[in-house]
Amino acid sequence: MGSEGEAVQHLVPEFERRTPGVHVHVQPIPWSAAHEKLLTAFVGGSMPDAFQLGNTWLPELVALGAIEPLDSRIADSAVPLGDYFPGIMDTNVIAGRTYGLPWYVDTRLLFYRDDLLAAAGDAQPPKTWDAWRATMMRIKAAAGATRYAILLPLTEWQTPVILALQQDAHLLKDEDQYGDFESPAFRRAFEFYLDLFRRDLAPATSETQVANLYQDFAAGYFAFYVSGPWNLGELARRWPPAAAGRWMTAPMPSPDGTYPGDSLAGGASVALARGAKDDAAAWQWIRFLSEPAQQVAFYRLTGDLPARQSAWTDAALAEDRYVHAFWQQLQRVRSTPKIPEWERIATAIAQYAETAVRGRMSADDALAALDRDVDAILEKRRWLLHRAAGTAAETR
Amino acid sequence: VIVQRPRAAYWFVAPALAAIGLFFLLPVAAAVLLSVTDFDIYAIADRANLRWVGGNNYVRLAHDPLFWTALRNTTVFVAVAGPLSIAAALAVAVVVNARSVRWKGFWRTVFFLPAVTTLVAVALVWRYIYHPRVGVLGYVLGLAGIAPIDWLGDPTWALAAIIVMALWKNVGFNMVILLAGLQNIPERLYEAACIDGAPAGRQLGAVTLPMLAPTLVFVAVMTVIGYFQLFAEPYVMTGGGPANSTLSIVLLMYEEGFRWWNIGPAAAIAFVLFLIILLVTALTMRWRRST
Repeated sequence: MGSEGEAVQHLVPEFERRTPGVHVHVQPIPWSAAHEKLLTAFVGGSMPDAFQLGNTWLPELVALGAIEPLDSRIADSAVPLGDYFPGIMDTNVIAGRTYGLPWYVDTRLLFYRDDLLAAAGDAQPPKTWDAWRATMMRIKAAAGATRYAILLPLTEWQTPVILALQQDAHLLKDEDQYGDFESPAFRRAFEFYLDLFRRDLAPATSETQVANLYQDFAAGYFAFYVSGPWNLGELARRWPPAAAGRWMTAPMPSPDGTYPGDSLAGGASVALARGAKDDAAAWQWIRFLSEPAQQVAFYRLTGDLPARQSAWTDAALAEDRYVHAFWQQLQRVRSTPKIPEWERIATAIAQYAETAVRGRMSADDALAALDRDVDAILEKRRWLLHRAAGTAAETR
Repeated sequence: VIVQRPRAAYWFVAPALAAIGLFFLLPVAAAVLLSVTDFDIYAIADRANLRWVGGNNYVRLAHDPLFWTALRNTTVFVAVAGPLSIAAALAVAVVVNARSVRWKGFWRTVFFLPAVTTLVAVALVWRYIYHPRVGVLGYVLGLAGIAPIDWLGDPTWALAAIIVMALWKNVGFNMVILLAGLQNIPERLYEAACIDGAPAGRQLGAVTLPMLAPTLVFVAVMTVIGYFQLFAEPYVMTGGGPANSTLSIVLLMYEEGFRWWNIGPAAAIAFVLFLIILLVTALTMRWRRST
C-alpha cells in the first residue's frame, strides 16, 4: 500500500532466489483506496494470499472472517514473538488469537523546536504534563499573539486519545459495548487537552488549514507537534537548510512521572487471507518480510521503522539522532479498542473535542453526547454479542 | 399496417427503456430495499447478521442532529448560491452578449474556464487564497482595514467561503447556456423596442427576460439539482468541518456508506435526498407554469 507497495518489490528478487518455484506478484494500491479495495476483494472472493493492512483495520477484517489466525504457524516456525515491541504485537491479537505479524511500526511522540525550548529555559524536553504545560506557557509568553506553543489539528483524534490512555482511561466499557468517556480518567485527559486551547497555547485549526506544516514549524509558528515517524523523512527533505538542526524528537510526557508516557501502537502488519490459494508459500513470504535483515533493508527503502527490535541495532537506525526517541516510545505503546467500529468512534471523539474546543458545548455536555453517539454506533455490536450469548446458552 | 405501428415503436424505445431499467430503476429499487435494512460490514461477512429494520433508518435520521445540520447547510447553500449563481451568470451573459463588447470569444472562455478545470487543483489554489496568514483575500481585506479571517477554519465563515468558490466555479456553465438562449432571441424584437423608444433597462425587462424564461427555468432546475448534491467542494476543501459547518447531505451519505460501510442508513439518506430534489424540482416547474 502506498509507497510501501512499490518499495517492497525490491525485496522480491532475493525471496524468489531463496525459495525456488515461488513467484511473488505484488499489487501496489494507494492508501486512500486500500480499505475499500480490500473489502471489495473480500466480497468478490479475490483476496491476495498475503496482504498488508493497517493495525486498526485488523478487527474489521477479523470480523469479516477474511484473515487466517497464525498461531499454529507461529508455533511451528518458532517465530520469536519476544523480539517484537510488545504493545505493537498486542494490536495483532484479537480474542487470544494472532492474526498478523507486525511489518513496520509507528507511534506518535513530540516533535519540538529545541532552540525555542532552550530560549524558554528548558535544556531537556518535558517529562511530565505539568512541566510540559509550564514550558508551553513560557514559549507562548515569548511568542506573542500570532504564534503558538503547540499545533494540535482539531481533526486528529490521536492526541486526546493518547492523553486518555496515559490516564488509564478505558475509552469503552462492558466488553467494548458502551462508551466510557464520562469516566473521571477520560475527563482528566480531556480537560488537559481543552486547557491547551483555553490558554491559547494551541490554535483552533484543522489539518486542512495548515498550508505548509514544515515551513510553519521552521518559522516557529509552533514549537511542539505530536506526530509520527513519517515526518522524519518529510522533515529531512523539507526542512530549510538555514534552520538546520533546530528540531528534535522526544517521547511523550506523562501525567504521573513515569517516562516515557504511553502513546499509540500503530503501524502495519502482514496477514494471511483465509482460503489463500498457496498458504504455505504466503507464510514463507510473510516470514521473509519479518526477518531483521529484510526489515533493515525495508527501512532503508522507505524509512518505515522495523517491527523487530533486533533490527534496530543496525547503524542506519542506531546512529540516527531523531530515531532514538521512537525506540524509547515504542517500548510504551498501547492499542486502542480492537473492534471494527473503532475508527468511527475515534472520528466522533475528534468531532466532540472540536465542538468543546470551539466552545459550542461545555466539556461535560460534549462527553455526554459522545457517550450517547458511541452507544448508538455500538448497537449492532451489542446485538451480535447478545445473540451469540443466546445461542451459546442454548447449545449448553 | 396502422395496428402494427405501436408494436414497432416499442422495439425502438426498448433499448432506452432497458438501459433505464437496468441502470436507474433497478439500483433505485435496490437502494430502497437496502434502506430498510442495517446492511453493514457484519452483513457482508454473514447474511445472518442482516436485520430488517423497517423505517428505523428513517426514524433515526429524523433524530440525528448531524442529518439536520447537513440538511440546513445544504439548504443554505442551495438557497444562497443558487439564485446568486443564476443572477451572476445572467449578468455575465448579457454583458458578454452585448453588441459593444469586443473579443466575445475571449470573455466566454475566461468565464467558462473554471467550469472545466479540475476541482482538486482549484481547491488547492483557493485554500491558499483563503489562508488567514498568507492568503491573498486576507491581504486585500487587510488593506481595507479588516482583520484577517480564517475563512475555512472558522465555523461562521466556512460555508460562505465554499459558496463563493462554488459560484466562481459554476457561473461559467450557466453563462454558456444562457448565452445560447440570448442568441436565440430574434434581433427584430430589439429593433422594434428601439423604434418604440425603450431604453436598455426596459428592453431587458420586456424582451430579454420573457424570451429567456424557458432557458432560465432549465438553468434553475439544473442548478438546484446540482447544488443539492453538493459534495466535492466541502470534501476537498474542508472535509465537512470545521465543527460540521460545511457538512452536506451527500458528504454525510458518503461518510456513512463508504467510510463506515453502513450501507443501510446511507441508502436511507440517499432516498430522502432523492425525495427532496424531486419535490423542489416539481415546485420549480410548477412555478414556471404558473407565471
